[in-house]
Order: sequence, then C-alpha cells, then structure tokens
Amino acid sequence: MTETLLRVRNLTVRFPMPRTRLLGPRPWLTAVNGVDLEIEAGRAVGLVGESGCGKSTLARAILALVAPQAGTIEWRGRPVRHDDATGLRRMRRELQVVFQDPVGSLDPRMSVGESVTEALEALEGAQAAAASRARVGSMLAEVGLDPALHARYPHELSGGQCQRAAIARALVGRPKLLVCDEAVSALDVSVQAQIVNLLADLRRRHGLALLFISHNLAVVRHLCDEVAVLYHGRVVERAPAAAIFAAPRHPYTRALLAAVPDPDPAAHRRGVAPELGAASEAVADDGCAYRLRCPLADEACRTRAPRLEGTGDGHLTACHHGRARPAAD
Amino acid sequence: MADGALFEVRDLCVQFATPRGRVNAVREASLEVRRGECLAVVGESGSGKSQLFLGCLGLLAAGGVVQGSARFDGQELLGPDSTPRRAALGTRVAMVFQDPMNALTPHLTIGRQLAEVVLDRGLLDAAAARARSLAVLESVGMPEPEARLRQYPHELSGGQRQRAAIAMALMTHPDLLVADEPTTALDVTVQAQVIEVLRGARDRGLAVVLITHDMGVVAGIADRVAVMYAGRIVETALARELFDSPAHPYTAALLASVPRLDTPLAGRLVGIEGQPPAPGAEPDGCAFAPRCASVLDVCHRSRPSLESREARSVACHAARLEAGAGR
Repeated sequence: MTETLLRVRNLTVRFPMPRTRLLGPRPWLTAVNGVDLEIEAGRAVGLVGESGCGKSTLARAILALVAPQAGTIEWRGRPVRHDDATGLRRMRRELQVVFQDPVGSLDPRMSVGESVTEALEALEGAQAAAASRARVGSMLAEVGLDPALHARYPHELSGGQCQRAAIARALVGRPKLLVCDEAVSALDVSVQAQIVNLLADLRRRHGLALLFISHNLAVVRHLCDEVAVLYHGRVVERAPAAAIFAAPRHPYTRALLAAVPDPDPAAHRRGVAPELGAASEAVADDGCAYRLRCPLADEACRTRAPRLEGTGDGHLTACHHGRARPAAD
Repeated sequence: MADGALFEVRDLCVQFATPRGRVNAVREASLEVRRGECLAVVGESGSGKSQLFLGCLGLLAAGGVVQGSARFDGQELLGPDSTPRRAALGTRVAMVFQDPMNALTPHLTIGRQLAEVVLDRGLLDAAAARARSLAVLESVGMPEPEARLRQYPHELSGGQRQRAAIAMALMTHPDLLVADEPTTALDVTVQAQVIEVLRGARDRGLAVVLITHDMGVVAGIADRVAVMYAGRIVETALARELFDSPAHPYTAALLASVPRLDTPLAGRLVGIEGQPPAPGAEPDGCAFAPRCASVLDVCHRSRPSLESREARSVACHAARLEAGAGR
C-alpha cells in the first residue's frame, strides 16, 4: 500500500479586499473554495487552470505559506498547523518547491553552489551539512549542471541553467514531494523539454512525488499520472491523466483542451473560441461558477452548484451534465 | 521574388555597444512581407527576432546600431532622412507588444486612448474618432464595446486589454501590423481568441508580422515562417512546408521539442541539448553546429549561406547535401 503523503480536505483560502464603500462590509475574495486533494508517494499530480483560478494559492496553502480559512491539510497523516514550528520544519524537509522565475528564485549574491549549500544547511544544520558537502556537488551534477558552473552567479547563467540550480536546491534535502509552480513556463521550448525530462528522471530515480502546476496541458500530459482541473477555486474535474486527455467530461476541461494550439497547420481547427464566447471572463456567484461560459448550462446549473462526484473509475466531475457528453466536434 | 512586397528587409544587422564590446544581435537578415499575408518570425529568447523589427522601425534601446535596408511600400526607412520612418511608424506600421498593461496608459479611459491615436495625428475629428473606436473594438471582438470606451485598463481582463492594445494599433488602418509575442502572457483560452483577431485582420488585407516562440501559435495563423537562430535567419518557408518537412536541423529540433496533445506518449520529450552561443560569441562555422544532430566536419569550419530554392531558403551544409543527393 503506497503512503498518502498529502491529504487536503475542504480547503478554503480567502483574501480580504478593499472596502468598496467607507462603512460597507469588507468583501472577500475566495481564491480556493473547498478543495479536496490527495497525493500518494511517487505520484505526479497535475494542477491546471487559467490564471486567477487559484492554482498558486492552493500550492502556497499546501506549503504553509498562507493560512487557510477553513479545511485541513495533513502531511503523512499529521495535521499541518501554522503554530507548530517544529512540525512545519519537519514537513518542509520533505516538501519543497520550484517557482516559475528561475533567476528571481535564486539569491543574486550567491553562486549557485552556495545557494544549494545554504538550503542543505537550513534543513540539516551547518555541521551536518558540512559532512554532506559532497551531496551538493552530486546534486548539481545530477540536475545536469557542469561543475565549472557551480561557482557562477545566477546572472551569469541562462534561464534553463538557473532552473536546474533551483531544482537542485529544492532536492538536496531529499524531499518526498516537489511542488512545481509553473516551473517550466518561462523557459524556451527546447529548454522546457530538457527540464521536463529531468523532472521525469528525478521522479523515477528517487520515487519523488510531484504537484505540477501548469497552464500547459501538453506538458502536464507528458509528466503526470493524475490531473486536477481548477476553475474559480474549485476542482471541477479530477481523473487519471490518460482518462482526462482521452475523454474529458467537464465542459471547461474540453474548452481548455480545445484551446491548446496544435503545432500542425493542416490539423488546425478553426474557431475554437465560440465555446468560450464573449462572456468568457464572467463568473457566476450562484449555482455553477462556469455556467456563464458553458454551452450546456441550463436551469439546474443556475440553481444548484454541482458537487465533485465520481463514477467509480476514479474519474470525478463537478458538472450536472458531466456524463451527457455532446457529440465530439 | 520581392515583387509586391509591402515591407522588405535586406542585409539587416543590429549591434549593441556593451561594456564587453560590440554584440551582434541580428546579422544579415533579409525577409519580405506582402499584403494580406502573415509572416511568423520564430526563435528562442535571444535569437534576435524582436531586435530585427525594433531595428527596422528605429526603436532600438540605447547603444543599438542598425545597418542595412528596410523598405516599406518602396520607401527606405533606414536612410539618412528619418521622415519616411517617422511618417510610417504608428500610422501605416503599427506594433503590438507582449504586455498589454504597458501598452495602455493607466489613467486614461480606453475611449480616450483610442481616439488620441487619430486625433493627435489630425486624421479624424472627435465624432469620427469615436465612431472608428467603436468599429475597431468591434472588429477585434471586444464584448460590449460601448461600455469599454468609458473603462480604464485596470477594469479589463488580460485578454480584453490585449484586444484594446490591438484595437489601438488598428485605429489608423495601418498596412502592416508587427505583433511581438502578443499571446505569450495570456491563458490558452484567451490566446485562441487573440489569434482569431489577428487572423481576421490578416484576412481583411493587413500584412501581419507575428514574432513568437510558440510553434502552436505559428501553425494557427502563419502563411510563411522565418526561423532565427543566434541572430541569423536559418530557414524561411511556407508554413505548411515548414511543418511538413523542416529542412534545417534546428527547425526540426524546435518542432520536435514542442509537447503535443495528439502524439503517442513515447516517454521523453525531445529537447535540444546544450545552449545557444553566448551573445558576444562569433563562431567560425555554423552557430548551431555544437547542438546539431546532423553536424558535418565542414559545419565547424565554414558558415553555411542562406540558399533559396522556390519558396524556401535554408542555411545548412547538411540540408544542401541532402537536397543535392535527392535530385
């Protein structure tokens, strides 16, 4: 039985917004709204959705960088509490993150070798780290950074090289789960392919689990075992990757997939936009959040928010019409 | 070949003076764009694709020097007299950039900013400017254009801002639109809509130059493609031919490294090993040789020149041998 590393239950994160009137009530923005998520050891879970859908906020809540308003997060069976410094320290050794901007996520005044050493010292204390100094070199070598580059500073390296260093920094403490928040989005496509391959290798070699946040569905398809689609703070579809790419059930997932530009002019579909329509930014407050963009929306969608429900095959959908699939276009 | 070209660039070089000496950003680039055509210029960061067009239009950053020729509708833009360039820029040649928030003034309404484009040039009166603003917003598929005229940029979503920026570029009814990574900052769903807008403009007879690194975007709109590597154009071809049978190994590698939704999952993506040459480097041979899968001895010694056959040009020793053997 594989261990469940992370168990998120009914997680809700809200941010206070400026008052619109002087004495009026303070409005709140609900960035993450009742999300459930599990990640088992060694599994790669993709989290996809448009900007503003709450992907990064969910990741930050999992990393205990923002406090949720409701819900629970368990790391290896223990609840994560923001007032429990020892527990957080222990968790952070096993749960690491790589961000989108590879140059900005490294200290500009440290060589990349120093950055990785610093991470090891922070996790294991200076003395223990000195003993395992060799690990810094071997980690940097493992992510494909030439030893000649270890003494270089971030501004002397390319974006792809910096992202390799950031991955080395995250992995030097041998975490069990790596959160990648748009970690390949800022890279050129040839470099992106190298980094995706590197993540796949590291996963295989170390049994590393991934929470891979991306708006690039094609990359998610290459790397992940499971996919969760987030819309307006809610998971609207969750399924094994093969199932979601072969037969997406939520109309939003279908729209996302249809919008991915196909790098083949012959096969290029004209007019993917209609399903998204003019009101593509509108979000409904009642009922299903997606209904103003949805071609299938009806009375039920207006009155009742759909719950995330499965069909017994591990494919969960939050849609009143999730099983009534329209003819493929 | 250049018959009917609206915009024609010949042997364009762009150099920057840096503390470490001169750096060549663009070397001997030549291309042309016709009316009603979309030319995509693709390449990775630092390949010189943006600098090529900024150079033609006199928009280089400080320290940038441009040489060569750029003719727009028969007039030289890079001559000693800057009048033709200034007359064309912003009126007959318009640009759209990656970040729509930077293209729009935060404290002016969309309506004011659109109208200003034609009012400041004395092209239309206030009433006509408002009518054109509405018509242009409609043509870019902006939802509720009347209401948008009264709104400020921060009240619009990212996709709406990019539509507004494109609308601003189209206010003077330009002949050439240069769009530099116009969809890169946008979600895929919004990106699909912006491509649709550009395709509409192209279909109405506008010449469109699309600068991008996204092969998916290229496939959706481009008629012809120019591929740049390390400051040089290494291949130009009709879009369909380029995707069907890339001739330059770099083009082939670039296409192969795009992750796709419709291919069988073979496990690994095909990246391009190594790094492009550093900005100041001046290799003797082909700049792509150290990363090339089809590299020959000659590639390290002599730089291949761009050779044309029919609608395609390629700068590659291996591709020339192959084409020769095929005949």
